[in-house]
Amino acid sequence: MADLFFYLFSALTVGSALGVVLSRNTVGAALCLLLSLLGTAGLFVLLNAYLLAVLLVLVYAGAVAALFVFVVMLLDMQGGVKQPVKMFTVVASVGALALLLTGLARTFGPGQWPAPPPAVDPALGASLKLYGYQLFTTYLLPVQIVGFLLLAAMLGVIVLSRRHTGSEDAK
Amino acid sequence: MTSLPLVVAAGQGPFEAFAVGLHHYIFLSALLFVVGFFGVLLRKNALVIFMSLELMLIAATLGFVAFSRYNGTMDGNVFVFFILTVAAVEVAVGLAIIVALFRHRRTVMVDELNHLKN
Repeated sequence: MADLFFYLFSALTVGSALGVVLSRNTVGAALCLLLSLLGTAGLFVLLNAYLLAVLLVLVYAGAVAALFVFVVMLLDMQGGVKQPVKMFTVVASVGALALLLTGLARTFGPGQWPAPPPAVDPALGASLKLYGYQLFTTYLLPVQIVGFLLLAAMLGVIVLSRRHTGSEDAK
Repeated sequence: MTSLPLVVAAGQGPFEAFAVGLHHYIFLSALLFVVGFFGVLLRKNALVIFMSLELMLIAATLGFVAFSRYNGTMDGNVFVFFILTVAAVEVAVGLAIIVALFRHRRTVMVDELNHLKN
């Protein structure tokens, strides 16, 4: 049953990821991103990381995808002249695809890996207490740094989105 | 004459390759990363490039959580916290830059933003 859900969620995730990349419409791409995030949250639930699933939906689907849709609304893009993909880009893409396929075949080919480890029980990701313990002992310094990063980003966004009236035009 | 058993125990029988394990999650993560990677490589719209970047971050996140689950450690799950925070910061600053860029140049297509060339 869980296996069935795995295939369902992974099809949803990869399918809507393809939708993000292939969609001509930017709003459609943003909504596909939202769907892809929901599929990933489902996979997190299957991996017993319930808190991360909730956080993913809250932070990503709630804030990030909404921000994308909002910016698409602000920018009012009307396409413009569609330029063909450059030859160099095509060559680079084919080369990258060949490298990636080789890597995947080497990694997942028969006999490359030992037998996969079974899932460890009890699942550590399900326990809220462990998250708190880890965040306030082992990872205390990264938590502080991330806090400062958020502060810096907030100030940066405020400065970036301020209207430059004098200094820009004087140049 | 023996008929096929309706229920096959995980890890044995003809459906062994389809029993979901760590391999499947890692493969899915790689697949998501590849999709995002080609989105960054082939699209011209800066917003779509940004969404593809988010897809790649999500792929890395999925790998972290899967390894964490199958190794019985907590570190991967905690790392996902930091990835989520950094991704939110990145989106906020990046979208602010894109909006500022649009105000100056009236476009978000990356091949028209070549004013630093020459």
